[in-house]
Formats: sequence, C-alpha cells, structure tokens
Amino acid sequence: MNIELDFPAVLERWPNFLGGAILTLELAFLATVSGALIGTLAAVGRGNHSRLIARICKVYVEAIRNTPLLVQIFLVYFGLASIGLKLSAFTVAVVALTINVGAYTAEIMRAGFEAIPRGQIEAAEGLALSRFQIYWHIILLPAVERVYPALTSQFVLLMLASSVCSQISAEELTAVANYIQSDTYRAFETYIIVAVLYILLSLVMRAGFWGLGLVLFPRRRRLGTAL
Amino acid sequence: MQQPASSTPIVSLRDVQKSFGSLKVLDGVSFTVERGEVLAVIGRSGSGKSTALRCIDRFEKVDGGEITVCGRRVDLPDVDLRALRQDVGIVFQSYNLFPHLTIEQNITLAPCSVKRMCLSEAKALAHKVLAQVGLEEKIHAYPEQLSGGQQQRAAIARSLAMQPKVMLFDEVTSALDPELTGEVLKVIEQLAADGMTMMMVTHEMGFAKGIADRIVFMHRGKVHETGPASILTSPTTLELAQFVGTGNLKS
Repeated sequence: MNIELDFPAVLERWPNFLGGAILTLELAFLATVSGALIGTLAAVGRGNHSRLIARICKVYVEAIRNTPLLVQIFLVYFGLASIGLKLSAFTVAVVALTINVGAYTAEIMRAGFEAIPRGQIEAAEGLALSRFQIYWHIILLPAVERVYPALTSQFVLLMLASSVCSQISAEELTAVANYIQSDTYRAFETYIIVAVLYILLSLVMRAGFWGLGLVLFPRRRRLGTAL
Repeated sequence: MQQPASSTPIVSLRDVQKSFGSLKVLDGVSFTVERGEVLAVIGRSGSGKSTALRCIDRFEKVDGGEITVCGRRVDLPDVDLRALRQDVGIVFQSYNLFPHLTIEQNITLAPCSVKRMCLSEAKALAHKVLAQVGLEEKIHAYPEQLSGGQQQRAAIARSLAMQPKVMLFDEVTSALDPELTGEVLKVIEQLAADGMTMMMVTHEMGFAKGIADRIVFMHRGKVHETGPASILTSPTTLELAQFVGTGNLKS
C-alpha cells in the first residue's frame, strides 16, 4: 500500500483554514456565553414555584436533549426564513447552538443547584438576604464550582459539534475544509489538518476555562485544591 | 395603656401547635424570652425543642397558636420575613458558613447587602465581632481552614454582625468534641455577660445550669417543666428527674 500525502498543496490555503478556525471559535464563544446565561435561567426556572414556568423550562430542556443538533439547526434556519426573518448563516448558527447548549447547561446547572446543602440557604435566609441575593451570593458560584468540569466539557463539545453548521454554509472550519478538499482533491490531508486545528481549538478553550476558573474560584487558588 | 418596652418579652410563644404529617411535634407550647434573659431549652431528641426554636425564626410555619418576636407576629402569613430575620440571629448545629467566602466575606455579606453598609464600615465591624469570638487572626481564612469550634465561633460572629435583638442557638455544640465545645460555650457565656438576649437549645446540662436564667424542659411536644436553673438539681417532675438522671425527685 502506498499513501501519497501532499500537505503543501493544502497548506498553502492556510488563510482559509485560519479564517474558518477563527469563525468556529467565535461561534463557540458567543454560543457559550449566551447558552450559559439561558441554561442557568432555565435551571433556576425549573425550580420555580410557578408550575407553568417550571413546565416550560422542562419542555425546552427535554425537547432539545432529544433531538439532533443538525435538525435543530435546520429548524432555526428554515423556521426563521419562513416567518420572513432573513438572517446570515452565522447568526442562525449562533442562535441554534445557543438553544442547544442552553438545554445541556440547564441540566448540568440543575445538578449544581441541587448539590447546595439546604443549610447554606437557611443560613443565608437567617441573615435576611433576599431570594435574589441568596442565588447570587450563596448558590450560583458554589454550584458552578461543583459542575465546572462538566460544564466546560459541554462547551468544548459544543465547539466541536459546531462543525455541523457547515450544512447551512456558515463559513466555519469544517465548511472551509469541505470547500478546500473539493478544490484541491486532497481530502485526507485536508481533514488531517482540520482535525489538528480542532484539537488546537479545544486546547485553547480548555486553557481559557482554566484561567477563568482561577478568577472565579479564588479559594481553589489560595488553598491549591484542583477542580 | 401601653406597657413600657422593657417589660414586654422579646420572644413569646402562646399555645403553639405544629405537626409534621401525622406527627404532633409541638402540642400547645408556651414560653417567653425576656429582654436580656438567657433561656435554655432542654429535652430528649424529638421532644420538639429544635422545632420550637425554628418556628421563632419562621423556618417552620406553625399550625396554630401565636408567636411574637420583637412585637412582630411571626405566625401570621404576611410577616415581613426579612425584617424579622434582621432582629433575630440564628446559629445552627452545622455552622453553615459559606465555603467559597473568606471569614471576613462571610461576615460582611449580610451587613453590606441587607443593611447597605459600606464595605469599609462592614470590614471594621467584622474585626470587632471576630475579636468578640477571639478569631481576629482568621479573618482572611476560608471556613475549611478552621476547626469545628472555630467555624462555629465564626458563625456566631457572622450573626452578631447583624446586631440582632435576640440570638437563637440550635444545638450549636452538638457536632463538636468536648474540647472544642468549651471554646464555643465560652463565647456564648461572654455574650450572656454582655446582656444579649438568648435562647438556646442545648444538651450541655452543666452549661445550661451555669448560664441560663431560666430552663424550659420539653417533653413530647409540651413544656413539661420550667423554672430557674435550680430545677436541674431539684426537679419537680419525674420526667425531668429521669432526664437529668438525678433520680431524687423533690417532693
């Protein structure tokens, strides 16, 4: 068997690769930030006294967790188009990924909220803190701290999963690869490079989350406890 | 005619009823805590003493009866919980310090966010209350760096920082070994000497005897016997005699 690899032919398209990688990172960043927000709200909502709000949050989480991401992307893409909203493929991708990762974040955050001992909340109530203050000061950060590894894995997974956005021709890394390989007829080399780039992107994200962890959890830093 | 404030009790329970499901935990409990008084509530596990304490800060809703704290009816559904809890300090068996905050942050959180105190003022307050419990050097430590006794003293300091009118202690030494129990009891003793109004549910008979102005002995959801600390040495009911283990009933 004789495999001939011609990387230079593909590598000369590096500006395209770089552009795709940056777009992928942008997608992941935007969806992570907004998904974390929506997911946290949905997790809070599931514990709400109002049955309706709790039900809505549950339906959202279950609907998303039980349908494929690609189908969700198409639903947003064609759904928004059919009501006359003409959005760029990039915007559609951000919206769809946000909705997707929000549901998974909600599940993870719910586990984090449930892990907060009842006594913590009683102590805060005993100090006359309001419900919002209790969530903000006592529950949120320790909850995030408990589920931080699961949460960050989910966000890295989201970045990798964003490759299916190539289906609606968002110009992210995989879409760029598809384009280059059909141009150069060097499919294997192209996807090897793309795979390496995804690994690098994952490492970038993990490093980012590690740094964020240092800022968010000063106690870990002070006491030297690993996450 | 209105009574002068000094003579109205800080806490008063009248015929309080409370059930958990079919289990009657409080069956017509009445007692008062006067201003500056130290009341010790004793009794077997399950006698309802902790529940009574928790009802005062409305961690439990009563089924019947009246509870008044600092002139506020706690049993009514429209009670202003946050105002109530600014008047009442509560310390739990399990300390419940916030693990992600330093001792200083644990203490300054409520004054800053509830009373809108500025941070520098709150920090000065933190120093003051930590000095009261003898923990000034731990101000920048995290709770997990402290021993159980130190954590409980920090929890007391955290409550004191809200300058409550009455302190509730819910078996605050039950999770501690005898050595650590001593350092916590010393802090409570000092508070009593400073004139703080306190109600404590406790298993420390010797301590209750030494510090309490009055003892309430609860048995099967009722106040079975009440009186000065001397009732511990000369009980008038058989149940209290059995509980304190003296056996010699005053005739």
